[in-house]
Formats: sequence, structure tokens, C-alpha cells
Amino acid sequence: MQFMLALIAEERSWEEITPDEVKKNLAEMGQFNVQLTEAGAWVTGGGLQERATGTTVHYSDDEPLVTDGPFAETKEQLSGFWIVDVESLDDALAWAKKVPLQSGHIEIRPMVTGGKELLEKAERS
Amino acid sequence: MARDSVAARAFREESGRAVATLIRVTGDFDLAEEAVQEAFIIALERWPHEGVPANPGAWITQVARNKAIDRIRREGVLRDKVAALERLEALHAEAEAGPGEQLGEIEDDRLRLIFTCCHPALGAEARVALTLRSLGGLSTAEIARAFLAGESAMAQRIVRAKRKIAANNIPYEVPVVEQMPERLPAVLATLYLIFNEGYLAASGEELVRTELSGEAIRLARILVAMLPRQPEARGLLALMMLTDARRTARLDRDGELVLLEDQDRSLWDAEQIAEGLELSREASAGGPAGPYTVQARIAAVHAEATSAKETDWDRIVRLYAWLVEIAPGPVVELNRAAAVAMRDGPEAGLELIEAIDGLDEYQPLHGARADLLSRLGRDKEAARAYERALSLNPNPVERRFLERRLISLR
Repeated sequence: MQFMLALIAEERSWEEITPDEVKKNLAEMGQFNVQLTEAGAWVTGGGLQERATGTTVHYSDDEPLVTDGPFAETKEQLSGFWIVDVESLDDALAWAKKVPLQSGHIEIRPMVTGGKELLEKAERS
Repeated sequence: MARDSVAARAFREESGRAVATLIRVTGDFDLAEEAVQEAFIIALERWPHEGVPANPGAWITQVARNKAIDRIRREGVLRDKVAALERLEALHAEAEAGPGEQLGEIEDDRLRLIFTCCHPALGAEARVALTLRSLGGLSTAEIARAFLAGESAMAQRIVRAKRKIAANNIPYEVPVVEQMPERLPAVLATLYLIFNEGYLAASGEELVRTELSGEAIRLARILVAMLPRQPEARGLLALMMLTDARRTARLDRDGELVLLEDQDRSLWDAEQIAEGLELSREASAGGPAGPYTVQARIAAVHAEATSAKETDWDRIVRLYAWLVEIAPGPVVELNRAAAVAMRDGPEAGLELIEAIDGLDEYQPLHGARADLLSRLGRDKEAARAYERALSLNPNPVERRFLERRLISLR
């Protein structure tokens, strides 16, 4: 089954990040992704560019409204994600713990497998 | 179902086992619980005429298994035919293996289920509710009463937890040894919560509460039997036994709280104490002591003393100092302060209490502080501290205790 590992972290400005840090992060994340791939767990994933590059579309009864930036002003935000294919939450947790991170957190969510599952949930409740 | 009937008692004993086995086979909490319920209804009808079978647990599991098979067949509702077929196959295989089933396997099923119900991905309250529902055979209404929660809120909590387990495919297995340090504490904490809810809180139905503590002890026994190399499981069981041994002495005839130092120690359950002491020794010998083992050793010192005065308070203070090291926190500090007060006098204890940070809203702190102040003859301050304790929502028994103390100062 598939899980999304959403990386939620505080965004740092480019001024405080050194090239060495970038190199180190790239190497560590690259290694983690290789491990995922070798274990057959990799589906897709990637890092996101900084919040300022984001755009949001808001929906309501009116026409969709496009605004600059992300919707909420929180310190921590979505910075990257993986979709992994594993047996259970325990496996997903084991991978999440291996992500080379010093701060922030990872939110783990099981993916919906198909329309059938949603239909069953709706019928049950 | 009448709670005091023989069948109801058998239900408590056996339902956790049967449910655990059926969940393993079907992977479906609700199907397992419903099938076991049905099996008990049949038992209630038949056992009075036909007599209780030699092995009631095996009988219940067998009948529940057949009920589960019926249900899967009947409810062709299972949209997923492949899954339905897989379940049927597993149930039939299980039925064929039936009578040869070793006791060890059943215990394995329950152990697996404990770890599933106490998965760290579930919230503490959900773990408690799910454990009591699935392993303890308590009804949702009983659990709700025990925790003074609404029945529908409790039902919601259980449903949500089950859905989370299903949605995440949380495995139904005992964690490997390397995962134990991470997984076992959640299990132990859940059982201790259940125990304390049954022991400490004084509101709610007495019967249900005694059952909560009994259930926690029963589940801890499974852990100890199945995980002999985990001394903290033993330490927790020891702690529960030594605490539960004092249950009868803890309240007087009018249901009023009696402090440890004033308890009639002849009322303590000698058998439970003997077992608790033995377990506590074994736990201590099993490796570096964890927090439950150290607390068990503190309880053991109390259990071995003939009176509060004769208690080895120096040893208790040293054990609390150790506990502060391995499981630091303000509540542990408070307990240590109370022990220091017994060893070195109220002034020394009070000094430590005043230095504790972060318990200003904690009713027992103010109760303990008030007690020490009154021992020092500082009655006005003591009265204020009792009033503060009373303002922090004590349970009815504690409230009456604090009020009596307050009145005696005036």
C-alpha cells in the first residue's frame, strides 16, 4: 500500500544556508532516496521550492480565486514529500525515521487506494 | 447481560482470547467482536441446560469462528469477493487446526492484539478504549461509564481507532526485539492508565472500576508470561499487585479515603503482596531497572513495613532519587518531597515542594503542601492550601477528604 510522507519544516532564508550545507543535504537525501529505490519502496517524491514561489487557488461558490503564496502563514510548512509503497504503517514509520532531518516533522498519511474504498466508507457511515 | 452472572464472568475471561484469534484470522475487528458476541448469546441459551463445556474458551472460539464464516457467506455484501474468499479460507483452515490449538498460540494472539491496540500511532485515550473493548470484553457503555465519558463519544473514539488501524494496515504482530524499546512503553503505559483509572478514581461504578484494575493485571500477566526477557513488564505487574493489595484498606466503611500512613495494614492482601514482592525481586534482577520496577520497589518497601513509622523512609527517598534520574518529572519530585518529609520532617519536605515547577494546577501538590503546613502548625497557610486544592476539581472522595482536613483546622 502507498503512504505519503510529507516533510513539514521551517523555511530558512538562502542567506543563512552555506553551499557546504546544500551539498551535504543533497548527498544525504540522495542516499536516502537510493535506499528507498533499492528496497523497492520508491514511488515518487521531491523537494519543494521556497514558499514565496507558491501560488494558491481558493474555491467557493464564486469563480476560483488565484492568490500569491501559500494559504496560511505558519512557520512550518510543506517542504517536500515522498510517496512510498510498503506493507504497513510500521514500514512507513521506519522509512520516515531514516530521513536525514535535524528539525521539523514528517506527516505520514495512507493513500486512498481507489474510488471503491471511498464509496465503502461513505456507505458505512 | 447481567454483569454478575457466571456467563458474564466467563465472557470477560474468554472474549479477549476469542476476539484476538478471530482478528488474526479475519483481520477485521468488528467482525471478530460481533461473532464472539453472538457466540456468547448462544452460550447463554445453551449452557444452563447442557452444562458448561470442559473448555469454555475453545467452545466460544469455535462457535464464534462458525458465526464469522456464516456472516461472511451471508453478507455477500463484501464487495471485494477476493478478500471474502481469503477470509473464508483462513477461517476454515483455522477451524481444521481447531482442537489441536496450543494454549501458547492463543496467548500469542492476545499478545499481538495488545501491541496492535497500543500502537504508538494511536492516541493514549484511544489505546485505552480499544484495549478494554477488544481484549477486556468491556462494552462501550461500560468503558464510557468508567471514564465518565459519553457513550457516543466513546464509541466514536473506538471506531476512529479501528479505522486508523485498518487504513494504515497496522500489522497484527508482536514487534521484533529491536523494536521493543520503542513499542513496549506504550503498552505498559496503557495498562497502567487502565489500572489507575480503576484504582484511583472513586466515582463511577465500583464494580466496573475493580474490573478495570483486574483487567490491567490480567493483561500484564500475559505480557510477563510471553515476554520473560522484558523486566519492565514484570516491574509493572509487581507495582500493580503491590498497589492493588491495599485496595480494601484505601477506603473506610463509609467510602472515605484513608491515607497510606493511617491504613489498617491487616486489611492488605497478603497473597497479592507475596506475589508482588517476588515479581519485584525478579524484575530488579532482570537488568537495569526501569521506572515501573523502581516504583514497584518503593511499593515493596511499604508492603514490608508494619506501620508508616516503621517504614524504611531512607530507602524510599533513595529510590525516589533514582526514579527522578531515570524518569524525571514534577510529579516524581512531589512524591520524593513527601518521602523526604517522612524521613527528615515536614520542613525539609516543604522546602522541596516549594521548589517544584509546573504543578501549580495539580491538586495533589496543594493537598500535600497543606498537610505539611498543618504539621508545622502553620494552620492559616494550610487552610489556604486546602482551599486551593479543593478549587482544582478533586474527585468526590478526595473532595470529602480535603474538606474534612480543612474543617479540622478551624
